[in-house]
Amino acid sequence: MVVVVKTKVSPRFKSQQATEFTAALLRELVAHLRQNRTQLRQEWARRIQEAQLLTAMSEDEIFAEATSVYDNYVEALETGTFEALQAYARNLSERVIPRGVETDEVIGIVLLLRDVLARSLFAKYQDDFDKLNSILDAYEPAANRIANTVAVGFVQERERIIREQQEAIRELSTPVLQVRERLLILPIIGAIDPQRARQLTEQLLRAIRTNRAKVVVIDITGVAALNSVVASHLVQTVEASRLLGAMVIVTGLSPEIAQTLVTIGVDLGKMHTVGDLQGGIEEAERLLGYKVISIVEEAPQA
Amino acid sequence: MEVPILKQQHYLIATVQAALTDADLTHLRDALVERVGRFRSHAVIVDVTALDVMDSFASRTLRDLAYMIRLRGAETVIVGIQPEVAFAMVQLGLNLEGVATALDLEEGLAFLNHKGKSREAGSNLSRN
Repeated sequence: MVVVVKTKVSPRFKSQQATEFTAALLRELVAHLRQNRTQLRQEWARRIQEAQLLTAMSEDEIFAEATSVYDNYVEALETGTFEALQAYARNLSERVIPRGVETDEVIGIVLLLRDVLARSLFAKYQDDFDKLNSILDAYEPAANRIANTVAVGFVQERERIIREQQEAIRELSTPVLQVRERLLILPIIGAIDPQRARQLTEQLLRAIRTNRAKVVVIDITGVAALNSVVASHLVQTVEASRLLGAMVIVTGLSPEIAQTLVTIGVDLGKMHTVGDLQGGIEEAERLLGYKVISIVEEAPQA
Repeated sequence: MEVPILKQQHYLIATVQAALTDADLTHLRDALVERVGRFRSHAVIVDVTALDVMDSFASRTLRDLAYMIRLRGAETVIVGIQPEVAFAMVQLGLNLEGVATALDLEEGLAFLNHKGKSREAGSNLSRN
């Protein structure tokens, strides 16, 4: 009779063992990558040029960049923390995006490095298939995470730049101009979405205070259409300006806009409207007590 | 917190120094309505520059104040509403309808002086 004795190993112990095993493999891997640093780095730079990536950069620059990416890569593998790499990726993106480097190029070079390193592992462990397998088990997830981190860092940087530019365009698109002492004009051109409307109001109210404006002319000749949300926002802007002691004159309502406003029933009773910008400015001058006199016509009389 | 009310010739000037409770507000309203008769003032200026929040009670009280002062035969100007406050108020539908407003104390005084002059001109006319 044979008695089979099962030894019980707790799953927790097992997983702990597995982690230690992976850690040991990663250490071995890192040592290998450090040892062959120069050679692998050159191989990588060669492959980058071969694949015609980073054409916007010179050979020396590629090599210098490759060196620091390589070192950061190995460090991330070793420590298992990605903060330093993330920061580096962001920094790198900041430098290369203005030079016209595309997203696919950045992802391409990281994937190339992954490939180059994997190949060197194949070469090293080709005689020991089990070892190769377990080394790859340790390497692949870490390498994937690194590729992910760099790609995400690059895309985030891009998005940040796009956001900044959008912001800049938006600020440029709503200038508040002073045409006379205490008289501001706000020409609005293009479509108004709720966000732009809000920003416009903020800028106008701030300008009223800093310029101590009494009258504001808002010219919407360049606005093709208004919806009810934006229209009521405009009415609110007029009201808020009044609370700051400034009167608002709206000019340049196109026939279409006038029709829309009446149809959707926006209460325009509180709005002072004048046909065009010229009329609006003349009205504002009258309110402020200015009188424009032509010196050419006056001259012969004197 | 009590709001100091200063008499400046024909005007009463109340400058709010810090956030006010509802009780402070009604107290301010009552005090102004009473003093405008005692000092025979022509107008009241309420300076709210220091307020960065204006709730419905506050704006309703200010509006009531203005109406009450008008019934007592004087003018009211609310001055110094901050841009953010102004927009928040309008969004909540607190428009201070029928109440004169001005950018700051200086503007408020200029507005009242201008009005006072036209009133004097009017009375001269009727006398002639």
